[in-house]
Amino acid sequence: MTDYSFSFKNNVRLIGRLDIKGENLIKGIHLEGLRVIGPPNEYAHKYYLQGVDELIYMDCVASLYRRNHLANIISSAAENIFVPLTVGGGIRSVDDANKILRAGADKVAINTAAVENPQLISDISRKFGSQCMVLSVEAKQISDNKWEVFTNNGREKTGLDVVEWIKKCIDLGVGEILLTSVDREGTRKGFDNLLVRNVTEESSVPVIASGGMGSPEDIFKVINEGGASAIAMADILHYGRSNINEIRNFAMQSGFGVREYSVE
Amino acid sequence: MNEIVVIDYGVGNLLSVKRGLEHCGAKVKITSKPKDIINASKVILPGVGAFKNAMKSLNRLGLIDVIKEISNREINLLGICLGMQLLLDESDEFGVTKGLGLIPGRVVAIPSKNKDGISNKIPHIGWSNLINSEGNAYWDQGILKKVKPGDSSYFIHSYMALTNEKKYTIAYCMYGSEKIPAVVQSNRIIGCQFHPEKSGKVGLNILREFCES
Repeated sequence: MTDYSFSFKNNVRLIGRLDIKGENLIKGIHLEGLRVIGPPNEYAHKYYLQGVDELIYMDCVASLYRRNHLANIISSAAENIFVPLTVGGGIRSVDDANKILRAGADKVAINTAAVENPQLISDISRKFGSQCMVLSVEAKQISDNKWEVFTNNGREKTGLDVVEWIKKCIDLGVGEILLTSVDREGTRKGFDNLLVRNVTEESSVPVIASGGMGSPEDIFKVINEGGASAIAMADILHYGRSNINEIRNFAMQSGFGVREYSVE
Repeated sequence: MNEIVVIDYGVGNLLSVKRGLEHCGAKVKITSKPKDIINASKVILPGVGAFKNAMKSLNRLGLIDVIKEISNREINLLGICLGMQLLLDESDEFGVTKGLGLIPGRVVAIPSKNKDGISNKIPHIGWSNLINSEGNAYWDQGILKKVKPGDSSYFIHSYMALTNEKKYTIAYCMYGSEKIPAVVQSNRIIGCQFHPEKSGKVGLNILREFCES
């Protein structure tokens, strides 16, 4: 008989994050100063072939201007990309969520609209299942061991404490947390491991750490010390400073479990 | 290749299942008509969300007896994710709810703590390696034919489908110290807990095998 009493290492998810403005893939620093990179699905498909575990599309101006171009991009991505797609930005109602899910998204990520109307979280998770409802949190450090929730791409303060807000949203039916450090985002200084640790200690649902990955080595601390279930990568992939394969190999050498994948 | 019928009962990302099947060269019909389902040779029961709601929807559409009848015919049925769980006798989710009873077993919550006291994040989300259940010969004969033990597929679920007898569980995966059934099968009735349509090449090979079987 095989012995299953050991605690098995769950595979870490390596997620590509695509920030979108209009029809373009863009990248900023601290979620601002946006620079155009190129057509999002060209990058998405490249990452898919490299064996990315999931993709997150974030429309970064949708909340601000209350518009959303993402459905077309998602619909065409879902034609030849067979990994889970999470979509966020500008989803303000159950109907918005339904539209983007029908376009081919598997999960929706919500930040601004959830802060304005927390009931939206329960409405979406009741209608589509909590596995579908990702809470997107933009966190800025305000003092030692304290982070505040921001909305509209890190522009607006909410006065909410990150950990308290996340606990409340889990009670409302959130199935996963996308945790973005606004301080680290686009800086290549590494993840905010302390922020991630504070959240994963209190969260009963998986946490995706986002913001600041400068090199493959950065994943070591965010998983070991931060306790992240998944990491989201943008800049490092878009500018070709590394690629999924190299990052996966580094993760394996560091003793983490990753998805079995061979590049053809 | 035969037409694949995907049952539409108002839950799940049907578009992704359809695109995955079409990528494998299949013709796909999405339907909730009993006649289409019972005359098909291959049927897929997709689904995400809650067990109770799904059974209610199937009931409202008059599909419960239709799906049960499938097992008496020469029809291959593949349940995906919640669609797999529905194949069992009953589920604990939000109070005990009767399932389709096509594979003996019950659906229970994934424990939020491991045996060693370490907590599991729930839902189980991610790519987990498929492990061959001991002594089960189905692996090489069924939808896993082109899959190597150890290949990963994408899971997202909070409940798991435990079969009464080992022989019905073809493959499982580990989540923490939990052994989670990944593929269950009884004759022509098959279920997979993961999403083959979201599991890259490995998943597409599984769908292709189902289409060509």
